[in-house]
This record gives sequence, C-alpha cells and structure tokens, in this order.
Amino acid sequence: MSGQDGARTGAGRATTASDLTALTAAEARRHLDARDVSAAELTEAHLARIDAVEGRVHSYITVMAEVARAQATAGDARIARGEAAPMTGVPVALKDNLCTVDAPTTAASRILAGYRSPYDATVVSRLRDQGAVFLGKANTDEFAMGSSTEWSAFGATRNPWRLSHVPGGSSGGPAAAVAADEAVVALGSDTGGSVRQPAGFCGVVGLKPTYGRVSRYGLIAFASSLDQIGPFARTVEDAAILLGAVAGHDPLDSTSAPEAVPDFAAMVGPGAGEPDLRGVRLGVAREYTIEGMEPGVQAAVDAAIARLAELGAELVEVSLPHTEYALATYYITAPAEASANLARYDGVRFGLSVQAPTLRETYERTRGEGFGPEVKRRIMLGTYALSSGYYDAYYVKAQKVRTLVRRDFDEAFERVDAIVCPTSPTVAFAFGARTDDPYQMYLSDVFTIPANMAGIPGIAVPCGFADGLPVSLQVLGPAFDEGIVLRVADAYERSETWTGQRPPL
Amino acid sequence: MAVEAVRVDPAAGIAPGSALEFETVIGLEVHAQLLTRSKMYCGCLADYADAPPNTATCPVCLGLPGALPVANRAAIELALLTGLSLGCRIPGYNKLDRKNYVYPDLPKGYQISQYDLPLCAGGALTFVSGGVTRTAGITRVHVEEDTGRLVHRSEVGGEVSLVDLNRSGVPLMEIVGDPDLRSPEEAKDYLIALRQILRYIGASTGNMEEGAFRCDANISTRTRDGVLVGSKVEVKNMNSFRAVERALRFEETRQRAALSAGEAVPQETRGWVEDRGVTVSQRTKEQAHDYRYFPEPDLPPLDADAAMVATVRARLPELPLARRARFAAAFGLGEGDAALLTAEREIADTFEAAIGPEATPGEARAAANWILNDLMGLQGQRGLPPHVLPLSADQLRDLLSALAGGEMTARAAKELLPQVEPEELPRAAAARLNLLSLDDTGVVDAAVAETLAAFPAAVADYRAGKKAAIGRLIGETMKRTGGRARPDDVRRRLQAALDADG
Ligand SMILES: [Zn+2]
Repeated sequence: MSGQDGARTGAGRATTASDLTALTAAEARRHLDARDVSAAELTEAHLARIDAVEGRVHSYITVMAEVARAQATAGDARIARGEAAPMTGVPVALKDNLCTVDAPTTAASRILAGYRSPYDATVVSRLRDQGAVFLGKANTDEFAMGSSTEWSAFGATRNPWRLSHVPGGSSGGPAAAVAADEAVVALGSDTGGSVRQPAGFCGVVGLKPTYGRVSRYGLIAFASSLDQIGPFARTVEDAAILLGAVAGHDPLDSTSAPEAVPDFAAMVGPGAGEPDLRGVRLGVAREYTIEGMEPGVQAAVDAAIARLAELGAELVEVSLPHTEYALATYYITAPAEASANLARYDGVRFGLSVQAPTLRETYERTRGEGFGPEVKRRIMLGTYALSSGYYDAYYVKAQKVRTLVRRDFDEAFERVDAIVCPTSPTVAFAFGARTDDPYQMYLSDVFTIPANMAGIPGIAVPCGFADGLPVSLQVLGPAFDEGIVLRVADAYERSETWTGQRPPL
Repeated sequence: MAVEAVRVDPAAGIAPGSALEFETVIGLEVHAQLLTRSKMYCGCLADYADAPPNTATCPVCLGLPGALPVANRAAIELALLTGLSLGCRIPGYNKLDRKNYVYPDLPKGYQISQYDLPLCAGGALTFVSGGVTRTAGITRVHVEEDTGRLVHRSEVGGEVSLVDLNRSGVPLMEIVGDPDLRSPEEAKDYLIALRQILRYIGASTGNMEEGAFRCDANISTRTRDGVLVGSKVEVKNMNSFRAVERALRFEETRQRAALSAGEAVPQETRGWVEDRGVTVSQRTKEQAHDYRYFPEPDLPPLDADAAMVATVRARLPELPLARRARFAAAFGLGEGDAALLTAEREIADTFEAAIGPEATPGEARAAANWILNDLMGLQGQRGLPPHVLPLSADQLRDLLSALAGGEMTARAAKELLPQVEPEELPRAAAARLNLLSLDDTGVVDAAVAETLAAFPAAVADYRAGKKAAIGRLIGETMKRTGGRARPDDVRRRLQAALDADG
C-alpha cells in the first residue's frame, strides 16, 4: 500500500479505490475535512471492495449499501457545513449482535433470522449521531458463543490471511472486514476474548474496554456481567478514535460507569510524539506460558516484549496465580447468565416461531430448531450450574474464584502499569479443527478470559507472524485506564516497520 | 420443612374423631402494586388501565433483545417507606436476582426480584383483631416486577391465547409475614391493617379487586401437644378479604379433619375456587419449580444508604394505630368512632383540618358525628369510595361553624347536605336553599301561636304538669318553620306562652 505513508501525513491525495479502502479513520478524517475525498467516494470504494472479496471472506451477514450511501451523502453535507465529528463519513462494520433499526439484527442465529429491532443500540445511535457510515452487519458465532465464527447460522467467515483458516471469534466478521479492507473500523463485543482473539487471528487491533466504559444497551446479551463492546481497527490510533466515539455513561445501562472519558485519540498516534515507554513498568506474568503454546507465537510475543523494553519500558515479573482457574469459572458464569438471557427467545413475540399443538411443544420446537449446537450446549451448562443443589458448588464457587482473579490483577497493578502477554496461544486454526472438541475451542480464549472476569481493559495488537499467520500481543491495564494499554500498544505498533502488511486477497 | 403427619397410634390414647386440641399456623405473602408513575425497570406508564393491549410498552418491558432494566427510584423509596412503617431493618446491602421460569406472560423468561438479600427485613405489624391488639412479625419487604396477562378467547378454529404486556414490569413489592397468625379472622384483620398502612403512606392503592393488593397464604395445622403436625399448604387465588377468610377457614377444617382421621396433610399448592367455596390441589411438592435464582447482572444493588433511608423516613406520616389512639385520647372519642374516623387517611385528614388545632373535645365529637353519621351515609348513597367524603375540609369547617353559631339548625343541615354543590360552602348553599336559621321573631311567634291553637290537648297536658308534652309542641312548631327556627328559641317562646296563659 504505497498510499498509506503519504496519507498518514495527510500530504498525499488518495485517488484509487484501493488507496481509499486502505485509509485509516484518522487519515480518512483528514482527507474528508480537506474535501479531497468525499464520504460518498469512500463509501463506494468500500462497497466495491465488499463486492470484490465477500465471496471469499464472508465478513457480513447483511450489507447495508443503501443505508450507507444515504449516510455518506448526509455526511458530506455535514462536512461541508464544517460540523464534522471524528466519525463523520467514516465507513464502519457493526457486529450483528448490535441492534439497528435499519437492518436486521440476527446475532447469527436462525431464531432471529430477519429480526428487525425497533430501536438502535446506544453505540449505534452514538455513531449515527456522529454521522458515521454503516456498511453492514458483520458475522459472529451464534449469540457470540464461539471462537471461530464456525457457529454462525449463516455460514462461517474466512480468515483473509488464509481462507482455509478461521478468523477467530466470536467477532470474526468485524475482524475479517477490517483486515480485508471491507471496513475502516468495526465494532464487536468481547465476553471472553471475542474482540481480542479474532483481532489477533486477523492481524488487526482489537480493544476490550473496561466493563462499564461502553454502554451495553442494545447489545444482544450473552453474559451480562462479562459482555463489553469494543473497537476493531488497523491502527491503535483508530481504535482510540472509535472508542472515544462510543464510550461514556448511558442512563439506559445501569452498569455503565459515570467515569469521565479521556481524549484517548490524543494519547496515541503520530501526534503523541516518538514512541517512548520510559518510566512505564510492564508486568510479564509467569502464568501466561502454557502447554500447547505454539513456539512461533511465543517467539513473536517474546520479540515484541523485548521491543517494548528497547522503547524504555521496565519489565517486571508478576504473578497471577488464579489464571489457571479463570477458564473453568468462565464456563460456569457465562453459560449461567446466558441460560437466562436466552430464555426470551421463545417464539411468542418475535423471531422464529414454530407453531405446535401445545405451548410446551411450541417452545421446544422453536428453540430446538432455532438454536445451534453450541448455544444449546451453553444453555444446558448454565441451567445445570444454576439448578437447586448445584448452585453453591458451581455458580457461587465461580463467583468466589472470580473475586480471586480480580484480586490477582489488583495486586499486580500495584506494582506495574500494564501487563503484556500473548492474545492467544495459537495462530488461526483450520476450519473444523476444533468444532468437535469444545474444550480445545474454549482453550483458544485462555489468555483473554481473565480480563473479562476482572472487568479490566485489554488490547490485542499485531506483533508479527508465525507460519504466515498473524500473531498478537495483548496489553492489559487497570480498570478505566484504557489510556495505558493504548499507549503501550501504540508505541509498539509505531516502532515496527512491517505493520502495514496487508493480507494477500 | 414441616414433618408429615404422624399416624395416629390408638395405643397412645388418641382416637380419630376425639377432641384434639388443634392450632392453626398462618403466614401471609402480600404482593402490592407500588403507586409510581412509571414501571419498575423502564419509563412506561405504570397506570396502563386505559391503554389498548401492548401499547404501554417499550423494548425493556417487552423483553426485546438487547434491552436493559433501570431501577425506578420512586418504587424503591415506596418499598423502603413500607419497610420503615413496619419497623423493618434496612440492611446495608441488598441485591436483585433473576427468578427463572418460562411462561408467555413473562417476556424475559425471568422476573427481576430479590432472593436472599431483600431491601427491608425483620419488622412487625400491630393490628387489632377481635378487640385485642396483636403483633405479627414481618419477614421481609422486597421489590419485583409484575408479569403481563394472558387473554383466552374462542375464535373460529378454536381457542386462542393472546398476550397483553401492558402490565409487564409494573412495580410490585412483596411483603412476607412470619407464620404468626393463628386463625382465619386474624389473617383477615392483619391484611386489613396492612392495606390501611399502605394506603396511609401512599405506597399502594391496596385495591384487591383491581389486583393492586394480592395475597397468598401458607397454612398448616398441628395439635398443641405437637404429636400431629401437618405440612405447610400454600393457598392462592383469593381476590378479597372475605375470600381469604373463607379459604383459610376451609383449609383449617380440611386439615384438622385429615389429621383427626390419621391422614397426612401433604405439602402442596392449592387454589381457592370462589364459587364452589373449596380449595383444590394445583401443584405438589414434587412439581415445585426450581427458579434457579442468581444475582441480576444488569443491575447494581439498590441504593438504600443511610442518607436515603433518612430522607424516606422523614416522609413517614402518623400511622393508623397511633392516630386512632391520639384521636381517642385527645377528643374523648370512643374506640369504635376513633377507628372508623382513622380507617382512611383522607377522612382523618379532613376531620383534623375541619376542626382545626384548637378544637375542644365537644367540637371534635360534634364534627366526628357529622362525618360518621351524615357524611358517611351520604358517601354510601352516592357510591363514593371509602376514602372520599361528600364534603371537603373547607366545606365541613363552614358547616360546623354555622351550626355552632346557630346560623343553621341541625335539622336544616341534614336537609342541606345532599344539596351542597361541589366546592360550594354550606352557608352559601343554605342561603340559596333558604335553610338558614330564622331570625324573624314574627314568623316564629306566628308558628308558636298556630301550634298552641292546633294542639290543645298537649297544651292542657303541659299545664297539668306533664312538662314533657312540650317536646311535641316544639317539633310541631319547628315543622311550621320548615326546620329553620332554632329549637332553643322555639322552646323559650313556647314556655313563655304556656306559662303566661296558665
Ligand atoms: Zn416499558
């Protein structure tokens, strides 16, 4: 992408379609405001790119071409009036578990096929208010339950780096869309790693904010105490811009935090000066080396950590002793909450309704035909964990372990400013490699789950390749300090020279 | 869990049908709709009475994907107020829980309620039953949300069930009582007293017919010696105080008969069938739901810190029993009158506002009599609700002062009351209807003279020493003045005439 460096300084004029789809949100903003690129051109370039690669990648469940064109036109008018917001005219992909009034919202489930929400999710209405352009609803594992998008009822998304491999999940669609230049940025949701793991597999940046930083209103719930909406982008700076556009307290979400939202975008990117991590203490957790870790992944992550030290960071060994229990407790807490959250899909008011002679049969057939195998597995797991006689042994115990996991991080962050570790123990795997073994699939999220259990922010940033597939570094920070994880990831990203590499589509 | 009934052992000397000394144990669970403007977890109107089906709804109370609850602070305050009025503790930490079960009137597939850590705990209700003051423990008060409603209808092609979610999410509180009640009458009196408190503090209308005040009862039976013990039976579907008393009476009899016959009383849920006057089994212990309660992750614990509790406590009015005692003591009212006068807060308020802070016991009793006899009589004739009098405090005050000043006779006032227009002062109404007292001595004297002439026998009786005969003459004279002469004035003039001519 020859246009990239020129565009990054705002000096060049992006003219060709591939130049336009390669723009970052920050670059697009400069071009749009300079009026040398219109939102309409930018949108058409992305719609053309979607036409060109969707047959191979399948990032989207629904492409919102007409909505996008109308938003682009309105965005251009707004820019002409000099009233542009950071996201005005910027094409975005939305994970299909974010409710939108002008396109179906399916959560990739047959039970919601064609479902039209009568309201926008708060993040959607905030982007709409900013004048962003919605390219479409991106693919996911059904109800965000999965790590590969193989559990989507509407077909899996392929990894743009290698089409025989999964893009990760559950937000595989948004990750692949951003990696394949089918969107500038995207919003996904992260319950146990569903933003960071696919970002890692697809070689893009993915951020899970602090629990409560972004409103969950209008996010189709999977596990309410763990779900958090987060941005995908090709640069850390773009992730900061998109986070800034959607973050902040929402009176409609009682778990959204009143904390002020700092100017994240100002902390990162070229405007923040030369990459410099002097005075930053980075924790390296000894528990984050596990059996089954791919050597190529370990090597790339070690090299990235060495680079962070070269940038001035002080490396400190820390211990997070309850990490090994986090995965097991996650698979009690998340399914327990999911079993209740998914009770509303009963065929009575909306979505799929399979009529049967009795109420009970209507329920059974609607849910039997509407839900896929992984969703059913988790509903059963969760129902069991909450049942009388098992509740204390499972749910209550899991909550206690969750407290210990959180305490691990609290103690670590007394000594360090952030923690660095792999995003995932492996690079993207081949289709079908793990669908028959749920436990192997669950292991994919072993490094991302603790942050959800503790509610802390974490970012995945590309840190090289292993076997030709992207490897990702994860940076974890204290609650409500997205600033530090963005700064560390940004410094790393800008210190590397290969980070502009694009998948060979 | 109660032990199942022990088989009667004839060797122990207890034979079926012999005079066993039984004890009834009753605990009540009341669901009351909280009087708030909006629903428990969304902004929809809680008063959906006039709304077409499914229109008083939003994504939250329809349980649409992605919607999240936000707790209604006004509802929490009313539940707190209820807890404080019942002397409950307000624990420093409470939480909301999901109660999971599936039914078409429950859109989320779970109800947001409170399981093990309620908003208020450990209070008591003092009430009067059978002339005796009793106290029953209050286990807890917690908030939850109502379900929608199913409407079953016959249509071409068969029966259909329609779902109306207007009621979904309407704020409720559950007031769980300790098993301290010992008879169906006590249960009824407990409910009446509880409902009265809720109405006093403005927490609920307490309207049972409209479903704003619902009661489930747990009733068990045992012998005083503890030899026979029946299991706890839950009774549902009672829609009036009378139904509660009848259903519990039926259960008490049924359970005693079973134990006396050496049978077990199994743990179950039974429903009251009003028209047949019986309870029928609905669900046995084995069929009981597993509600899989767990903490509601979408809502933080309810705000009930010391400052909020203090603010709510400041809103507590004088409660019915205290007010009743004060009325009896301060105004020399009988217990019965004081109870009637304080049964509804609005009526007690009208009474106090009408008599003013300086009223003498005599004035207060006069006012009480007007309310309890005439105004409540008129209330009944007009079909007004029990808390609404036909006169406002201002109107009543005007009437009382006109009576005290002799501007109106009691008889004229009784004739006047049904004719007073809304907001019209009784003096003005009396002037309009020509019912003010007669000050024209000529008219009264003429009526006296007419009466004396018309009733010579009574005149003769009086003059012969039967002084009581004057009563007849007073009445007849009053009649001739249309009730507008002052009775004492008439008496004086009659006496003067009778004594002078004698
Ligand atoms: Zn509502």
